[in-house]
Amino acid sequence: MVSLKELKKGLLTSLWFVFLTFPIIVIKVDPIQRTVIWRWQNALYMALGTFGIYLLVKYYQHRKENQPSRPKNTEQTESFLHGILQKPLQRKILVGVVATIAVLFPHFFSTYQTNVMTTALMYVVLGLGLNIVVGLAGLLDLGFVAFYAVGAYTYALLNLHFGLGFWTVLPIGGLIAAMFGVLLGFPVLRLRGDYLAIVTLGFGEIIRLILENWGKFSKGPSGISNISRPGFLGMEFSLEQSILYTYYLMILFVIITIFVVNRLQDSRLGRAWIALREDEIACQAMGIDKRKTKLVAFSLGAFWAGIVGVMFAAKTTFINPASFTFLESAIILSIVVLGGMGSIIGVVFGALILILMPEYLRALSEYRMLAFGGILVCMMIFRPQGLISNIRRTYRFEKKPQ
Amino acid sequence: MKQSILQVTGLTMDFGGIRALNSLDLDVKSGEIVALIGPNGAGKTTFFNCITGIYTPTAGDIFLTPPDSSKKISLKGLKPNQVTEKGLARTFQNIRLFAKMTVLENVMIGRHCRTKAFVFGAIFRTAATRKEEKSIIETSYAILEKLGLAEFANEFADNLPYGAQRRLEIARALATEPLLLLLDEPAAGMNPQETIALDKLIKKISLDGQAILLIEHDMQLVMSLSDRIFVMDYGKKIAQGTPAEIRENPVVIKAYLGEEVDA
Repeated sequence: MVSLKELKKGLLTSLWFVFLTFPIIVIKVDPIQRTVIWRWQNALYMALGTFGIYLLVKYYQHRKENQPSRPKNTEQTESFLHGILQKPLQRKILVGVVATIAVLFPHFFSTYQTNVMTTALMYVVLGLGLNIVVGLAGLLDLGFVAFYAVGAYTYALLNLHFGLGFWTVLPIGGLIAAMFGVLLGFPVLRLRGDYLAIVTLGFGEIIRLILENWGKFSKGPSGISNISRPGFLGMEFSLEQSILYTYYLMILFVIITIFVVNRLQDSRLGRAWIALREDEIACQAMGIDKRKTKLVAFSLGAFWAGIVGVMFAAKTTFINPASFTFLESAIILSIVVLGGMGSIIGVVFGALILILMPEYLRALSEYRMLAFGGILVCMMIFRPQGLISNIRRTYRFEKKPQ
Repeated sequence: MKQSILQVTGLTMDFGGIRALNSLDLDVKSGEIVALIGPNGAGKTTFFNCITGIYTPTAGDIFLTPPDSSKKISLKGLKPNQVTEKGLARTFQNIRLFAKMTVLENVMIGRHCRTKAFVFGAIFRTAATRKEEKSIIETSYAILEKLGLAEFANEFADNLPYGAQRRLEIARALATEPLLLLLDEPAAGMNPQETIALDKLIKKISLDGQAILLIEHDMQLVMSLSDRIFVMDYGKKIAQGTPAEIRENPVVIKAYLGEEVDA
């Protein structure tokens, strides 16, 4: 099954890994005793582990080669989900089930878990916003968190200085973030791919650094606290009620976002975005105004981030620039990539998986980033199109004129 | 005498020190099929890129005259999308379809510049937007049918056979309702049967009064289709005339086959 040659290669691989990880896992410096502890047994574990994984991978490769029907299986599960979404009745049942779970969730789980779920839902909206820019229009944006920060700080500052409430600031936050989207959009109109990614990355950092260093304006790293929670017709909520209320608000936002993004995607504008992603020159030659289309994508994506930012500030009642690091952008981007670029349902799944998993795997918290990276690497190798790829393929079937 | 749709005068394009186009004059009259031929590197595609706004020409004028008016529209300095809006649609030598969109959607993109629904209409799906969307689908489908692509309507564009991809490029360009259709080597890479089918197709499109300017290397196709031919070499126009005239023109023969060396 596994040949001698492969065994040798596996041995070499594990040795190589031991060598690579040697400084981290074997050497440990004890600063108090001023001694170096050599944990040789770790090297052995690493070697055995790597070797085992290597054999496992080889085994699966052999099995895949011997059974060519295996990859079809995964496709079937995917088309199964697509099938449900295509049929109106089954789709209604699915939506009904999901809605029931969503409504009943806080009643069966603790406040803590409701809170975690609210956070996950916020990332769903963030993911859907970024999906417009990255998934549909194909503009790689690594500074998306900047708009999130703009929304959050809009609410925090307006609440601090003018006492404006959540519902007043919600549209303002969205619009200011959208404005920043246009602001970022203008200089990067001519850029594509890597260059665009670098500029957006810089933009994200600039916003964060401004918030961190312009103390008079943003109160710097110490952040802004005592932000009002979302209200409802002037009612006073206890903390627990407020968490519940925020949860249902977030559900509402998710529904609205899905509705709007879905409509945008199926419109003349959505087609223009996808055409822009596919081929910029051909897109222009077909009469699509590149500048306008890109700016609209940037500002609409940013709008959702701004909305979620306001929500975030209201939910946590405290914000500081540390919440808006590049890592945050990376997570949102991973949600889109993991879920499936341009696929709404994929992004929803991606957000739930990426945000809920670390919460429920607290035991592994130290290795979170490692697992995160591992998952993404595996995804790119085995399913580059994402968990649930876009179902654009057939959506116009019934509309054929007779 | 028929009215000119496209008038190009003194078109010059420099890339650094290289003059890719040298004071080129060309005109296309309404309903005509005009071919632009020349050896490789003569500047034919540069010419297309100049008049469609991808490059900005160094000197010269480009005018488009809609058949129902006598007002000339200058295309010089416009962006590619504006040029398309004014009525000049092109296909690409190396196929540039939207690979991950369906065939129907590819053509629907062509309708973009003739429709106007935007963010508001898309989100609220107003009556006007729905009507517009329906007309986009119907028009696009009709164009697919005309070009024999209706059976592929819901396939991804990159799954089409080669000849069909070429036809889809033409369909997409036709969807923009061009005054003048520019075809950049439509027969490149086609087998003889496909070329014959293409010949018929272009004639069919031309029957509707569509003016066509094409770049092509397949001489049989050029001779069969064109009303007039322009010949370029080294960025200059070296001859123009009917197919019969061009066939006999010694300058053209020299450009293509080289000069006989006197012993």
